[in-house]
Amino acid sequence: MADANFRLLVADDNKVNRLLMTRSLELLGYRVATAENGRIALEMLRNESFDLLLLDMAMPEMDGFQVLEQLCADLRLRDLPVIVTSALEGLDNVVRCIELGADDYLHKPVNPVLLKARVGSSLEKKRLRDQTKELVKRFATTEVAQDLQQSGFALGGRHVQGTVMFADIRGFTTIAESQPPDETIELLNTYYMLMFDAISGQGGVVNQMIGDGLMAIFGAPLPLADPPLAAVKAAQEMIELIDLLNAERSSQGKAPIAIGIGIATGQMIAGYAGTQARATYTCIGDAVNQAARLEAHTKVVQLPILIDGATHAALGVFPGTTPLGPVQFKGKSVFVDVFSVDTK
Amino acid sequence: MSAPTIDIATFKELQDSTGADFVVELLDAYFEELPQMLAELRTAHNSGALEPFRRAAHSIKSNSYTFGALTLGGMARELELGEIPKDAAALDALEAEYARVVAALKELTHG
Repeated sequence: MADANFRLLVADDNKVNRLLMTRSLELLGYRVATAENGRIALEMLRNESFDLLLLDMAMPEMDGFQVLEQLCADLRLRDLPVIVTSALEGLDNVVRCIELGADDYLHKPVNPVLLKARVGSSLEKKRLRDQTKELVKRFATTEVAQDLQQSGFALGGRHVQGTVMFADIRGFTTIAESQPPDETIELLNTYYMLMFDAISGQGGVVNQMIGDGLMAIFGAPLPLADPPLAAVKAAQEMIELIDLLNAERSSQGKAPIAIGIGIATGQMIAGYAGTQARATYTCIGDAVNQAARLEAHTKVVQLPILIDGATHAALGVFPGTTPLGPVQFKGKSVFVDVFSVDTK
Repeated sequence: MSAPTIDIATFKELQDSTGADFVVELLDAYFEELPQMLAELRTAHNSGALEPFRRAAHSIKSNSYTFGALTLGGMARELELGEIPKDAAALDALEAEYARVVAALKELTHG
């Protein structure tokens, strides 16, 4: 018996075909739902989860060709395997279906042995594709994974207007030296989980983790409506989450931790850098350096969140920022306007 | 026409792979749907609408082949792939063959 966890959709306007296909697939052990035309099928595919579509071509309202076109254009559905089942004649129809992204073409009446083999192979391919996607997701963010899927992998960058954030834990080396290694890793994991939540909750992407530090990008690879605001909100949330973590730590008799966050906005080059075999999504530009220096500066002024003038200007009317005046960072000739963001 | 009304091998294969009880159920749907398709074919023939004409013929072909009604399926196929015929002779013949198919299939399932 096949894996009953797989759910298949049969789209066919013809009742006899629908009944027969459903029966054949159920006998193979699959769970099956049906749709009477292409429009209904698309609706179901968008609202429910299916592993495979068996698609008839000649249907009223929306035919199979139109369904294939719509699936191609749908980011979430473009990977859904489709087996066309049709009694349409002529090789050109088969070719057109394959060109529109169908995995396979079964001529009606469908031979049950052939059906079993083709459905099994399509689902196996899907399983492998899903596995790869999972893997990519684990090592990249959802946004980067989506970007990779959409435009493929290519080294090289593009200009984007975005906001960069650097954050790290104050005095982390001291903390690490004063406790067993597994406790340090556990603390790091908790810290990263909380920071990821706050950052991705605002549409940001954590693209680098180095020890206890992280770098996040707002506005790339996918555009954001208001990158500076999203970054500042994420920062405030991060501080709040650290406060909660500290409350928990103090109840366990552990020392509190503190973090510093630097944020800067500007033009940058975003893209995949590295080699064909090993690459990372990153950003290069003055704003990146600026954010790193602002983060370091939080130690000097003993304030948790610092932002640059460009970020501050983009915020517009935003309650709770304090100007700290121009600061000259090490190795920089120009002065930078620095603002502190109040925590809630 | 040398093809039989029902190709017994095809019909038995359908019964073997999906179950005799299910085939009875499937036939109910066929007997329910096919007269509608024949009517659609007539309407399209009268109005000269090629697309609906071909679609109806296509469905009749596809469903009839499923049960091994090769003659009926073949007649429908010719209509699907051709132009709309001037007179209704082909449609009359199609309906007459459908009547034979119904009789033969009923006998096969009750026998």
